Amino acid sequence: METAIQTEQTATIREFLQQRIGAEIAFTDEEDIFKLGLVNSLFALELVLFLENTYQVTVENEDLKLEHFSTVNNLSDFISRKKGL
Amino acid sequence: MDLELTREQKQYRAEFRHFVREELLPYANDYDKQGFIPRSLIDKLAEKGYLGAVIPTAYGGLGMDQVSYGLLNEEIGRACSSSRSLITVHTSLTSETLLRWGTTAQKEQWLPLLAKGSTLAAFGLSEPGAGSDAAGIATAYLEQDGHYLLNGVKKWITFSQVAGLFVIVATGAAGITAFLVERDTPGLTVQPLDGILGTRASMLGEIHLKDCRVPAGNILGRIGWGLQQIVNTALDNGRYSVACGSLGIGRACLEDSIEYAKSRSQFGKPLKDHQLIKQKITNMVADVKAASLLCRNAGYLRDKKNPDYVIQTTLAKYFASRMANAAAAEAVQLHGALGCHDSLSIQRYFRDARVMEIIEGSTEIQQIIIADHSIAGLGAVL
Ligand SMILES: Cc1cc2nc3c(=O)[nH]c(=O)nc-3n(C[C@H](O)[C@H](O)[C@H](O)COP(=O)(O)OP(=O)(O)OC[C@H]3O[C@@H](n4cnc5c(N)ncnc54)[C@H](O)[C@@H]3O)c2cc1C
Repeated sequence: METAIQTEQTATIREFLQQRIGAEIAFTDEEDIFKLGLVNSLFALELVLFLENTYQVTVENEDLKLEHFSTVNNLSDFISRKKGL
Repeated sequence: MDLELTREQKQYRAEFRHFVREELLPYANDYDKQGFIPRSLIDKLAEKGYLGAVIPTAYGGLGMDQVSYGLLNEEIGRACSSSRSLITVHTSLTSETLLRWGTTAQKEQWLPLLAKGSTLAAFGLSEPGAGSDAAGIATAYLEQDGHYLLNGVKKWITFSQVAGLFVIVATGAAGITAFLVERDTPGLTVQPLDGILGTRASMLGEIHLKDCRVPAGNILGRIGWGLQQIVNTALDNGRYSVACGSLGIGRACLEDSIEYAKSRSQFGKPLKDHQLIKQKITNMVADVKAASLLCRNAGYLRDKKNPDYVIQTTLAKYFASRMANAAAAEAVQLHGALGCHDSLSIQRYFRDARVMEIIEGSTEIQQIIIADHSIAGLGAVL
C-alpha cells in the first residue's frame, strides 16, 4: 500500500512533469513519458536536477536507466529506493 | 531572487578587472592577429586559478560560486573572447562535467591537473557532417576485449591544438557515449584549423581518430547516455560561460562607444551630443543591462541548483549572444571607418560576436528549445 509520503512524492513529481510537458497533456502514472514523445532535449538534465534538489539525493551514473525515469510511478519508486524508504 | 553581489563577489570582480587590464586587454588584438594565445598567458590564467575556478578546493580549484564564475567569464570575455573560449571548453564543458559525472578515479586523476592548468581539456562533439544535430555523429566506438576502438573526425574543436585531454563523443552498439581520450593515445592526431572569422586565437583543430584504443575506465558517464547526460550537462555549462562572455563583448562595445562619442567631433560638436548617437547608446545600455540581469539570474539559480537554471541559462545565452551582435554592429557604425579597421578592437568584437550565436547551440536551436519550453508552460521561464 502506498504511504502518505509516496502519495505526496507522486503528486510533486507529476506537478514537475506537467509543468515541463504541458498542463493540458494527459498521461497516467504508468504511462511512459519518453515513449509518448513528450519531452525535449533539456528534459533529462532538468529531471535529474529536480530529483536531486527536491529530494536531496544524488543521481549517480548507475542510476541512469530509462526505466527509473519513464513513468511517474517509476520515478517515485526510484526516489523511495534512493531514500531507503 | 537577490541579484546584488556579495562583498566577496565584488572583490573577485575587482581582481578580474585588474587582471584583464594588465594582462589581457593590451595584447588581445595581437593574439587575434597571430591566431593563438601564448603559453605565458595560459600560465598566468592558471596561476590565478582561473582555469579551475569552479573546481572544489579539494581538487586544487578555487571553489568559486557560479555568480563569481559568470563575472570571470564576463570580464575575460570583455577583453578577449579567445581567452574566454579556453575557460569555456576547459573549465565549463570539460572540468565541470567531469566533476559532475566522472568516477572517483577519473576525478582524482584529472581534476587536480585540470584545476592547475597543467593539462588543458577540449570537447570533441562536432564533426564535418554533424553540428546542431548531434545525434548524427559518425565517429564510432567498437568494443574489443574490454577496450574501445575509436574512429572518426571531430571538427572545429576549440583549443584542440594544445589540449592534453579530450572528451570525444562517439556512437556505437550501446548508443552515443562520451570517452576521455588522452592526446598521446596512438592514432590520435590534431590538424590546426586556420581561417575562422571570430575567436581567431582559440586554436581550433580537427581531431582525427584512427583505431584509438581507450580502456573502459575512460567512459565518461553512463554508456549509451552520452547525449542526454554528458553533452547536455556540458553544453549547459558552456552556455553559461558563453552567455557571460557575450555580455562582456556587449559591454566592451558600449564602453568603447561612449569613449569614442566623447572624443570624436563632427558638425562642430562631439558625437555624444548628436541625438541619433544618444539613441544608439541608450539601446546598447538597455540591452547590456538586460543581458546582465539574465546572466546574473542564471548564476543565482545555478548556485541554488534550482532546476529552472537550465532554461534560464539557455535564455541568457540566447539573449546575450544576440545582444552582443547588435551592440557590435552599432559600435562599428558609431566608430565609422575606424570601426572597420584592425587598429581598434571594435572589428574584433564584431567578428567574435558572430561566433557566439553559433556555438553551444545556435540561435535557431535555442529558439526551438525556448519556444517548446514556453509552450509547455511558462512557469520555469518567466
Ligand atoms: C569558433 C567555433 C568554435 C567551436 N568549438 C567547438 C568545440 O570546441 N567543440 C565542438 O564540438 N564544436 C565546436 N564548434 C562547432 C559548433 O558547435 C557548431 O558549429 C554548431 O553546433 C553548429 O553546427 P554547424 O556549424 O554544423 O551548423 P549546422 O548545424 O549545419 O547549422 C547550419 C544553420 O542551420 C541552422 N539549423 C540547424 N538545424 C536547424 C533547425 N532544426 N531549425 C532551424 N535552423 C536550424 C543552424 O542554426 C545554422 O544557422 C565550434 C564552432 C565555431 C564556429
